[in-house]
Amino acid sequence: MKWLGDGTVDRLRANMQVPDLSGTRYRAIRYVAGGGMAAIWLAEDTVLQRNVALKVLDADDSPELASRLLREAHILAALEHPGIVPVHDAGTLQDGRVFYCMKYVEGQRLDEFLPSVPSLVERVRLMLRITEPVAFAHARGIIHRDLKPENVMIGPFGEVLVMDWGLGKLLSDRSTQLAAASLDADEQQRSPGATAPGSTNHGSVLGTPGYMAPEQLRGDVARMDQRTDIYGLGAILSVMLGSPAEGRVTRGHRPIGAIRAKAMHPDPDLRYGTVEALTADLANYLADSAVSAYSESYLERLARLFHRHRTAVILIAAYLVMRLLFILFSRP
Amino acid sequence: MPNPARSDDFPITRHSVLAAMRSDDPAQRSRATETISAAYWKPIYKYVRLKWNLPSEDAQDFTQEFLLRLIENEFLQSFDPAKARLRTFMRTCADRLFLNQVRDAQRQKRNGGAAIPLDFDEAEQEFAKRSKTMSPEQYFEKECVRHLLALAVERLRTKCDSSGKAVHFQVFHDYDLDPESGTRSSYGTLARKYELSATDVTNYLAWARRKFRACVLQQLREMSASDEEFRREAKAILGIDPK
Repeated sequence: MKWLGDGTVDRLRANMQVPDLSGTRYRAIRYVAGGGMAAIWLAEDTVLQRNVALKVLDADDSPELASRLLREAHILAALEHPGIVPVHDAGTLQDGRVFYCMKYVEGQRLDEFLPSVPSLVERVRLMLRITEPVAFAHARGIIHRDLKPENVMIGPFGEVLVMDWGLGKLLSDRSTQLAAASLDADEQQRSPGATAPGSTNHGSVLGTPGYMAPEQLRGDVARMDQRTDIYGLGAILSVMLGSPAEGRVTRGHRPIGAIRAKAMHPDPDLRYGTVEALTADLANYLADSAVSAYSESYLERLARLFHRHRTAVILIAAYLVMRLLFILFSRP
Repeated sequence: MPNPARSDDFPITRHSVLAAMRSDDPAQRSRATETISAAYWKPIYKYVRLKWNLPSEDAQDFTQEFLLRLIENEFLQSFDPAKARLRTFMRTCADRLFLNQVRDAQRQKRNGGAAIPLDFDEAEQEFAKRSKTMSPEQYFEKECVRHLLALAVERLRTKCDSSGKAVHFQVFHDYDLDPESGTRSSYGTLARKYELSATDVTNYLAWARRKFRACVLQQLREMSASDEEFRREAKAILGIDPK
């Protein structure tokens, strides 16, 4: 048997990592990232002469993983939205691995980007933009099920993209013919036990601890719907606000804390029913209007109204003072 | 010596070696044993040479003893794929066996006249080339991967020979296996050597690499105790994370 030196072993391993793109229009440029079942490669589309991202399955002999990756491609294809990365192509490479090709997004993950956004208001505005593609997907009967800061990308021009729809689930068959029922059956057979953070390995309850709704943690597929994603959005909001221990949610920001709490309520029935309802509360918070998640006291309402109309209040107060002064000094 | 190339028509694939070794079918069990012995004998031999500082002859006896016990299914009865990787389990079994042998200094060698034919000279030469800075455990891990790839190379060679693609293998051999010191042949050199066009060299190499990858995965599947372990190992060995 031939002895393989360290250099040869390293070279063979490196060769095996590169997807076999022979016979395709793509040329691998470099490895970008790896997930639970697939890796992302930056590649050149030699026909259109542009860079694209290829998501390539790690193993080539798992029909289950292959169908999951293709399902993800189908979901992306069904979701044409500026906040969802477009898929261009899908297929099987010569080495047997399933792949799909999508737009290459340069930018930062939300968790890396957040330190550059110190303002709470700006963070809530960012949150509003994250909810848009999720609401869009829900309108098409698709839920994401793995919403977390690592799956949100902020592009170089501030565009917000919700990534990694690998755990996406079709709630109805309005848009595509994906077999949600069979997916559910697969999942019900899986053993409990969540995947490690940052991964969505198969063979267990799918998702990421800390961002998974209780019904998802239990593997209660029947109760998973758009409110499962609302929990995930609440968890992202939670990261944006910082933990209570960090003191980010201060007395003046109780309403935003209440929005987070309602989005992350353990009982799905007590969460927001739709992303639009969550969005409305976030928008109301930004506009200094009342939010449905928080019952404010009279004093708080007064303070909020003052804050909301402070320019007018100051102008009126200044007018009244001037008027008073005028009356006082114009007396004979 | 167990023949890795034989495993090409190995009938157990999805659940691989563990289920086969526990099978009631003697033929199934025998082939599983052959596969697992081929996969692990060399790493075990080198590991005990390093870890327990056994002289070559003692390490050979130990490896024989280990394989015999493996064949008799003494070890794998207690293996639980949920608790450990098969590779780690094998290493632990080797440690345990060695400590038992030390404790039982009066033990009888059971493998006196029925030794399994293994190329210990080759293993010894390879052992001499080891890096001196690694722990025995790291060395074992590295040797498992090296041996896995070497078995896959043999498997590819057999496949190519039997399908009339010996030149494909030679191109792969010369370009990917031979150059240890950066003296890799160019496509042009290989084209002249094998009287091919440069495009043919590219295609032959791509084909052989593709098949080699499949051979590695096939070999790995047969060495893994469960689908989950296979996926984990494939990820770690073929694996994608450059760190």
